[in-house]
Amino acid sequence: MTYQPIIGIEIHVQLKTASKMFCGCKNYPFGAKKPNFYTCPVCLGLPGALPVPNKKAIEWTIALGLALKCQINSLSKFDRKHYFYPDLPKGYQISQYDSPFCFNGKVTTSQGEVSIRRIHLEEDTGKLIHASVNGKKVTLIDFNRSGVPLIEIVSEPQIHSPAQAKECAKKIFQIIRYLNLSDADMEKGQLRLEANVSLRPKNRQDLPNYKVELKNINSFRFLEKAIETEIKRQTEILLQGKTPVQETRGYNAEKNLTYPQRSKEEAADYRYFPEPDIPPIRISSQWLESIKNSLPLDYETLLASWEKSYRVEKHLVSLLFDTHHQAAWLEKLFQKAKRLGIEVRRLVNFLANKKIKVNLFAHEEPQKILDLFHEQTQTISIEVEELERAIDQVIKHNPQAVADFRKGKKNVLNFLLGQTLKLLGKKVDPKQIIKLINEKIS
Amino acid sequence: MGLRLTLKKAIELLDNKEISLKEIYQDLFEKYSQENNQYNIYLSVNKNSFSEAQTKKDKPLRGLPIAVKDNILTLGLPATASSNILRNYWPQYEATVTKRIKEAGGVVFGKTNLDAWAHGSSTETSDFGPTKNPRNPQYSPGGSSGGSAAAVAADMAIASLGTETAGSIRQPAAWCGVVGLKPTYGRVSRYGIIAMGSSLDCPGPITKTVEDSAILLQLIAGKDNFDATTSSHPVPDYQKNLKKGVKNFKIGICYIDHPQLSQTLAAKATLKAGKIFECLGAEVEIIKTSTQLQKNRILTHEYAISVYTIVQRAEVSSNLARYDGIRYGQSREFFGHEAKNRIILGTFILSKGYAEKYYLLAQKVRRLYVENFKQLFSKYDLLISPASPSFALPLGSSANNPMFGELQDMLVEPSSLAGICGLSIPMFLDEKTNLYLGLNIMGNYFQEEKILQAGWVFEQTTDWNSWKN
Amino acid sequence: MKINEKLVKKIALLARLNLSKDEEPNLTKGFFQTIQTINGLLGIEVNNIEPIYQTTQLENVFREDKVEKDRTLSHEALSQAKKTYQGYFVVDQILEED
Repeated sequence: MTYQPIIGIEIHVQLKTASKMFCGCKNYPFGAKKPNFYTCPVCLGLPGALPVPNKKAIEWTIALGLALKCQINSLSKFDRKHYFYPDLPKGYQISQYDSPFCFNGKVTTSQGEVSIRRIHLEEDTGKLIHASVNGKKVTLIDFNRSGVPLIEIVSEPQIHSPAQAKECAKKIFQIIRYLNLSDADMEKGQLRLEANVSLRPKNRQDLPNYKVELKNINSFRFLEKAIETEIKRQTEILLQGKTPVQETRGYNAEKNLTYPQRSKEEAADYRYFPEPDIPPIRISSQWLESIKNSLPLDYETLLASWEKSYRVEKHLVSLLFDTHHQAAWLEKLFQKAKRLGIEVRRLVNFLANKKIKVNLFAHEEPQKILDLFHEQTQTISIEVEELERAIDQVIKHNPQAVADFRKGKKNVLNFLLGQTLKLLGKKVDPKQIIKLINEKIS
Repeated sequence: MGLRLTLKKAIELLDNKEISLKEIYQDLFEKYSQENNQYNIYLSVNKNSFSEAQTKKDKPLRGLPIAVKDNILTLGLPATASSNILRNYWPQYEATVTKRIKEAGGVVFGKTNLDAWAHGSSTETSDFGPTKNPRNPQYSPGGSSGGSAAAVAADMAIASLGTETAGSIRQPAAWCGVVGLKPTYGRVSRYGIIAMGSSLDCPGPITKTVEDSAILLQLIAGKDNFDATTSSHPVPDYQKNLKKGVKNFKIGICYIDHPQLSQTLAAKATLKAGKIFECLGAEVEIIKTSTQLQKNRILTHEYAISVYTIVQRAEVSSNLARYDGIRYGQSREFFGHEAKNRIILGTFILSKGYAEKYYLLAQKVRRLYVENFKQLFSKYDLLISPASPSFALPLGSSANNPMFGELQDMLVEPSSLAGICGLSIPMFLDEKTNLYLGLNIMGNYFQEEKILQAGWVFEQTTDWNSWKN
Repeated sequence: MKINEKLVKKIALLARLNLSKDEEPNLTKGFFQTIQTINGLLGIEVNNIEPIYQTTQLENVFREDKVEKDRTLSHEALSQAKKTYQGYFVVDQILEED
């Protein structure tokens, strides 16, 4: 029996607004001088405190929804989601239940389209640190992160391979970065990945009667690996004629295995109800239009247009920038290069090879980059005789290398190239040199 | 006998230099030390109140003392909500209402007793013991703002602030023979008030006279950027039309034909109040009670008891989830019986499988009340009813009745569910027991001006209020 | 649904309430009485009626994304806590997630 993986992903992203979601505290959990430094009655859940939603966070959520081709709910609201945990100061999280801002979007991957079920906005919790104080094991709580705006993106279970899951997550990440809504630094917990995985017999169309949630995944690579190893685990269980248990499992990257996690609440019953402290949110067509107008050119459209007008490779050029501001800067650079008769494709290859990211120099003038490109790629044409003389000498002085090459060690060529360049003391086109060496010693 | 001052009178006397702040505070502290043990009204008093008052002589409230219900957070005094959980809680911030009172020259004199977490209508669920009705100490002052109403009735405060979810201002005001104003939901900020039923809670004044209510409401009403449910609807000058009477007002009398009520003194007194308004030039009609939503009928209050119980318990269970003893207060085992009762019911109502059956249904029926009032106010300027079906009940009556509060407040629950405003003023005195009945005057959204106007002229025309003038 | 002490205990657990043996009967009784009262609502005709969660008719009440320092507690955040350590709130160790 063969099985098809049924995979859905969930991504949480902290928005980089200036202030928190429901209060004016600084949204800067990593820059705080001390724990509990950026806190107020609202994000600390003091008695009597009330939330007032951050307009920008709402607009950014809708912007992301639009970028992911979602439909936008014209009437939305916040809801209370109840559970007890020491990092949740109010005993409930203000989230969205049945009317998220965005629904029904999609992401295109090389293995097909993946639908986005919903995107909603909520508040982040505090941070727990496990420590030992005076020999006693305790948990420390810091609420600097409490109330940071958090977006949750949920895909449909339409992903069918670990690689596709990774690609899908990465695409969403790229778009978030492109819109500059979050730094999405996974090490800082600004982006969190979760996946739900189950398997079904190849000939079936319905969803399996269980699913396993995977948590503690802190990179795209680990997302792929965690799903891979979980598929293996589930396959073994299914082949024994059993059904995997519906549960939440963590991923241990070192051992590359998943392990059961005890859930936060014995039986999750979140008791959602509409947040009475926040009036509903109506997204008028006018408001929606203004959010649309504030969006940069769609990420895929941008790459396609560059591919068309500059013949650049999409995967290479996408390495050069994160945000749409940087993309705009690149566009300026490309235009200038084109005017100067520089081949943009070569320029992009050069920058990508050098691992030069636009964000490192986006404050600079495009000309500086063009100068750098010139300086490092300019080659001098020399007489073939002079070149041949140099190569002959190198061959003569490195008999061992030549012998190795003839035995099949092709990478010796690079060594001989280096020696030749050294002898010449000039920047000559390396392709030309390699061609000549090859002819001489083959 | 004491000074027996109203806000209005005190301001006048201070301005004419016929009295000093010192005399006022001395009188209050004296009264406090003589009688607080007897009635259990204040849970804490502000020892620095007089010196604070000295700095505020030029402000609208002239440094006058205001009693504040102890579920309102004020800096410098504990805020306990009469609960063991918050027994030693010193708030780190100030509620908007008291901030505004302080900025206007008021001083928080002390914090008054309430039913723990404002759960109840007798102050008997207070973890610090019940308050006694100063009109007759064998009786309950009502609740949950029992302490604030009793403080005013006992002349242990010039005026006070209470909060109402459904009846918690109007019912104790009625039982203590004072004036209680429950503003439109969203008229006054809830920021800094320990939440009970978030979609219903509303702070308001409890005072000796209608005019004092107008004075206090003026100071606390209006949009607050820290409370997203406050309205930016303009705040009128509540004293401007206060004395214009009710001529040509159309007034409807509600609920008195209901079998639970028709034979009661409360119903008779309300009818009589209707007659008085008629004499004052209003057009008064009895509105028939209906078990269905019908034009020109008042929808029976009976469903409101259930709707209110469901909505409020659900919100209570949520609002009390934050008390985990980590950041402040004691742990959850310190909740009293009534709080546990409500948390359990509310948790159940919101749980899987029951949210639809109860919570959603309740919010649908709630809309019927909203629609009902909307229609009635297209015809009537004001609606009147008894504030409570009975006089104050003897202390101990609430024991073992998990629905005690809801039953005492049944006549104001429909209006609270709809979020409209209401004013309770004395309308009858039983001289044998020295206990009062209250008249509930209800107005449409943001029509506080009108209910105050009607209240003022009623107060002036009748003899129940011993503080007027 | 059967209303008994077992159900009440289960709900109490969900609400993080530890009930003592002697309060269970009384709370169960109160729960039963209240449910009986509110069950009176179950027959009422509400087809086509939209629920109402708020009475203000307000919509779109927001704050601008500005850092506002007036309400920041910083040092006072911990002033009412029973246990603190180097600026943190402290609880007995809870389950470690790995």
